[in-house]
Amino acid sequence: MFDNFDAVLLARAQFAFTVSFHIIFPAFSIGLASYLAVLNGLYLWTKKEVYYELFNFWKTIFAVAFGMGVVSGIVMAYQFGTNWSVFSDKAGPVIGPLMGYEVMTAFFLEAGFLGVMLFGRARVGPVLHFFATFMVAVGTLISATWILAVNSWMQTPAGFGMNDKGQFIPLDWWAVIFNPSFPYRLVHMVLAAYLTTALVVGGVGAWHLLRKTAPRRAGKMFSMAMGMVAIVAPIQIFAGDAHGLNTLEHQPVKIMAMEGHFDSHPDGAPLILFGIPDQQNQRVDYAVQIPKLSSLILKHDLNAPMAGLDTVPRELQPPVAVVFWSFRIMVGLGFAMLGLGLFSLWTRYRGTLTTNVWLHRLAVAMGPAGFVAVLAGWVTTEVGRQPYTVYGHLLTSQSHSAIEAPAVATSLILFIIVYFFVFGSGTFYLLRLMARLPRDPTPEIGDAPIRTAGIVPGVASPHRDGGHHGH
Amino acid sequence: MVIDYAFIWAAIIAFAILAYVILDGFDLGVGILFPAFKDKHDRDQMMNSVAPVWDGNETWLVLGGGGLLAVFPLAYATILPALYMPIILMLIGLIFRGVAFEYRWRTHRWRGVWDVAFAGGSIVAALMQGIALGALVQGIPVVNRAYAGGWWDWLTPFSIGTGVALVIGYGLLGATWLVFKTVGPLRLRAQQFAMSAAVLTVLAMGVFSLWTPWLKPHYLDRWFGFPTLIFSVIVPVLVLVCLYLIFKGLRDNQDWLPFVASLALFTLGFAGIGISFYPYMVPTALTIWDAAAPDSSLKFLLVGAVVLVPIILLYTGYAYWVFRGKINPEEGYH
Ligand code: HDD
Ligand code: HEM
Ligand code: HEM
Repeated sequence: MFDNFDAVLLARAQFAFTVSFHIIFPAFSIGLASYLAVLNGLYLWTKKEVYYELFNFWKTIFAVAFGMGVVSGIVMAYQFGTNWSVFSDKAGPVIGPLMGYEVMTAFFLEAGFLGVMLFGRARVGPVLHFFATFMVAVGTLISATWILAVNSWMQTPAGFGMNDKGQFIPLDWWAVIFNPSFPYRLVHMVLAAYLTTALVVGGVGAWHLLRKTAPRRAGKMFSMAMGMVAIVAPIQIFAGDAHGLNTLEHQPVKIMAMEGHFDSHPDGAPLILFGIPDQQNQRVDYAVQIPKLSSLILKHDLNAPMAGLDTVPRELQPPVAVVFWSFRIMVGLGFAMLGLGLFSLWTRYRGTLTTNVWLHRLAVAMGPAGFVAVLAGWVTTEVGRQPYTVYGHLLTSQSHSAIEAPAVATSLILFIIVYFFVFGSGTFYLLRLMARLPRDPTPEIGDAPIRTAGIVPGVASPHRDGGHHGH
Repeated sequence: MVIDYAFIWAAIIAFAILAYVILDGFDLGVGILFPAFKDKHDRDQMMNSVAPVWDGNETWLVLGGGGLLAVFPLAYATILPALYMPIILMLIGLIFRGVAFEYRWRTHRWRGVWDVAFAGGSIVAALMQGIALGALVQGIPVVNRAYAGGWWDWLTPFSIGTGVALVIGYGLLGATWLVFKTVGPLRLRAQQFAMSAAVLTVLAMGVFSLWTPWLKPHYLDRWFGFPTLIFSVIVPVLVLVCLYLIFKGLRDNQDWLPFVASLALFTLGFAGIGISFYPYMVPTALTIWDAAAPDSSLKFLLVGAVVLVPIILLYTGYAYWVFRGKINPEEGYH
């Protein structure tokens, strides 16, 4: 019933599905871990209770999101072998050690200090507790570094040779890790995680400001988050532009797809704002375009010549429409985030940051925007590098396991059902935890006993708010 | 002298897998025993006894998998497709039990659902790990650097047997852990479970030790050829010593002893499997050296492993130390 082609397609669908779910959690937990470390540190330093209260509020949310990140990540670590075994055999000698380092430098660090961070404050005291929180945050950043080195090497491979078994073998580890696209991707992704988290924190703060529930805490988190958006959004646009220039150098075909350039332009390429790419006929219908602007952005010269997809054989072109649209979604959201940041700066200047309901409504609406932009960004990156897994060297159609298609289909269906059930429930709990008022007098959700007495003098009672961990 | 990096790495991977089996073994075991304890308060304590450490325990599984990809990519690329369904089901089991640690405390109405998810996920994960082990012992056909069997080959009476045995064995680890970490009626129930699980585990070890040599001539040679024969004679004696110590600890209320003796029991069983496999990574298709990555990969990661694994053991030990002692039934972390 299924032929070989379908096995590849199913494996791709499964990888895209599971990794898309997975990346949602790191995008949030990388930023949130750093935010928690900052809150914990500020409390240590200033002794202002509002920081400790916010820490406890977000800590519970972090615990749930982190748990989802862990379990969806373990699936990823095994999926290379189950579904992409030829890729694993060939690229394992290069990417495997990087992932091994990720486990040894990051995952153990996160896991080892997570327990202390979530449950151990009473046992280790505030200073070591801050240290544990800091270590968890460092762990998430180290993890991002290694896994992005892996992904970047697959995009812009360097520092390797081939052996007689057809395997990629590392020749120069420095070149493997610091491959041409790695620094750009690392910066862009970490900023994306910080933006995503800032938008969520800001959205939650704004929601509580609108409901006037706990103005002191909501105002504090909203102000911190909007400050972050105002600073990071412009940097992210700048970083994204630099990333694009790097991609133009190393994966020009991907840029052609992002820009919708089917035709070569010998004297200045237009910037196509919108249009409907038609890959069949190799043209963009209903294009709204600004002449020569693309050459200006990408080559800093109005009349610079730019090659188009007409120079690339059809079978080596990525699916243009997907890349074209996902790229526009990301960039559009990036500018919307910039707008939000500027709006918040203006209200801050006017002294209405915590009272301007339009700002708050906008912030609530943009709460999930980071996740959408992150997913859109990855889709651009991954679909844009098709048809290769190791760019220019190993085709996707030659990477998959010799597994019968029904096996892949079965597991795909299982994953879809399980993920929607498990992560759907988790999202529901997360939203409920976020909606819980920072100072909620009602009894806890999940009446686990909480130990508060005598740990942090004078602050015991305010933390009995809903559902967070004992400390 | 030429350094045999592949051999060193086989030892490190074996260590990571053993660390996984005994560490996640006891927290999976706590999940396996969940259905036997109906009282909410007992269940809270059971879960709290492992809540701060389970994530670290599971990370050894990621090291085992990631490490295999790094240093024995061909083994990774043949074993995982061969064990496709057990691996996928194990992952799904781990998803359910992993999220239950947090979800269970976030809802009243659905607590029952996440209790079932915790117990069911733990049992499925343990069963699938046992089945995967059994299927690997039976052997995997490899042709042209790829798995060459069907997607149901793993399912045999032998592999089902090893699956059930591992569930019981993890149950033993879980029960002795609870004896070690809890007080009162919960501890007393756990003591009873520990006794029956200990006897059943040792029985299962006996059965599979007698069964395995007849699966492949290679195993027969390893078990009854010199010098490994010495091991085949000593191990059963040591196993009985462990069994004795488990019972002694349970009788004399030396609560740490049954747990430590159970860990030793698992280590012995693991050593037995190691002896059977050697020098194969995938019996009897790929040796350690067939499967190894080029030396440049092995060396690069070895530098890190030599420095980092001791550090990991240190701070993991610290995390256990922070949460040492009996769980206070009134306290709880959540
Ligand atoms: C930019 C960041 C990033 C990206 C692109 C990925 N991950 Fe991830 N991953 C993380 C950032 C992260 C993290 C922040 O470190 C997580 C999230 C929650 C957590 O526990 O750690 C994590 C968890 C996590 C875990 C569980 C670790 C544990 O047991 O604690 C595994 C095994 C993986 N990931 C593996 C992968 C694989 C194989 C990926 C590629 C397909 C991948 N991750 C993409
Ligand atoms: C985490 C965010 C990521 C997302 C959302 C993502 C998204 C995707 C998508 C949508 C595909 C399917 C492309 C297609 O079939 O057209 C894909 C494929 C793939 N990606 Fe990623 N990716 C991510 C990260 C990574 C990372 C970090 C790695 C490597 C470590 C990776 C390795 C692969 C591989 C091996 C495939 C399968 C082969 C292929 O179809 O190209 N991805 N990914
Ligand atoms: C508005 C300005 C932005 C520009 C010009 C831009 C540019 C780019 C480019 C060119 C790529 C593809 C690189 C490649 O595949 O080689 C990319 C990927 C990506 N973008 Fe953006 N981006 C922008 C905004 C954002 C925002 C706001 C986010 C998230 C909050 C984001 C998240 C990502 C992610 C996660 C990836 C995939 C990982 C990577 O390749 O770095 N981007 N971006």
